[in-house]
Amino acid sequence: MSESPTPLLRAEGLVKTHHGEGAPARAVRGVDLSVVRGEFVAVTGPSGAGKSTLLHLLGGLQRPDSGSLWLDGERTDAYTEARWAVERRKRIGIVFQFFNLVSNLSVADNVELPALLAGVTPRQARAEREELLSELGLAGKERSLPGELSGGEQQRVALARALVNHPPLLLADEPAGSLDSKGTREVMRLLSRFHQRGQTIVLVTHDARLASAADRVISFFDGRIVDDAELDGTPPRRTGISGVLELKD
Amino acid sequence: MRLPLLALLARGPAHGYELKQDLEQLLGSAYPQPNVGQIYVTLGRLEKSGLIEGEEVEQSSRPNKKIYHLTDAGREALRAWFEEPEDEPRVRDEFFMKLALAPQTGLADQIALINKQRRRYLNTMRNLSKLAAAEDRDNRIAHLLIEGAMLHLQADLDWLERCQEELEELE
Repeated sequence: MSESPTPLLRAEGLVKTHHGEGAPARAVRGVDLSVVRGEFVAVTGPSGAGKSTLLHLLGGLQRPDSGSLWLDGERTDAYTEARWAVERRKRIGIVFQFFNLVSNLSVADNVELPALLAGVTPRQARAEREELLSELGLAGKERSLPGELSGGEQQRVALARALVNHPPLLLADEPAGSLDSKGTREVMRLLSRFHQRGQTIVLVTHDARLASAADRVISFFDGRIVDDAELDGTPPRRTGISGVLELKD
Repeated sequence: MRLPLLALLARGPAHGYELKQDLEQLLGSAYPQPNVGQIYVTLGRLEKSGLIEGEEVEQSSRPNKKIYHLTDAGREALRAWFEEPEDEPRVRDEFFMKLALAPQTGLADQIALINKQRRRYLNTMRNLSKLAAAEDRDNRIAHLLIEGAMLHLQADLDWLERCQEELEELE
């Protein structure tokens, strides 16, 4: 792969082993990965393959046992927890399967909080929040508490929160994992829309439908990358799409 | 194509071009559209086998058109069609044969086969997503058709994943 522009994200030799009860679980076993600006990369694989651990390593939520990570060309090995927390406010937005919203804060406050923590003025935080919520079809829900919303709506709030500081990188960990099929389609549509505007996204999912929104799909098995495929979207010959849809004679 | 055309004619008589338009409207852009020639050929065959009857209708400024209607035999064939459940999809799978036989030939690697097949499915899935996004939101039948195709592919992808899990362990 050509490395001409500095990758937004680069990992080399990442290893992470979980030590819990029983035998140590080697969740990530030597991963090299490079994501350039504007890419939408999906990481798929069976549950337990270590995809979420990989994403956590990329977002600094967990530290690798060995290997290195670069954000926009800057080595992160020496980052402290506090430094990672700042990065996750400014340069990396994250959405999770279970939304992780603050349950006793209103929708508006959930979205504005990371902006305020990043040092934005209250007025600007409010403006950003208003724009994002209306973009995500949540105008009118500002005063609701997360618990009063559907799963799909909560995930949209989480997306607004993740994007409020315009981070160059969005990480999504099974964002549709607890949603029904309508909610899944909604998340898919929104991720595609932000990607079309240039948002770099790394998405972890076991759902191939969701993964197919990406333009590059990495297959992850047993802690390793086993395939890394660009989806070009050109329909192959006669079979492929029309073959799949063809009603029989 | 035969039985869908019969089904459209169960409503009442129609000519070939009308049937093409009805089919398009019902199934949306997702379904590979039959060309009008195909439809005329099929109508000819249906007429020959006595399932429909055609009647030439004169038109003042254009060539005659043929209006078809369903015969009793046609109605019976249609009833039998609705009566029978359809075969399961993919009971025979050529890919499975490749996977099963590859190791003995020394010509292909099972994991490489799986990866290649997965790429194909993912590309098709991506195209289906695009189709779904482009299709008229209100055309439920068309969306169900696309969703059905996506769910089948999803199942195939899940199965590839299982194959990979099992076969990687052997390595």
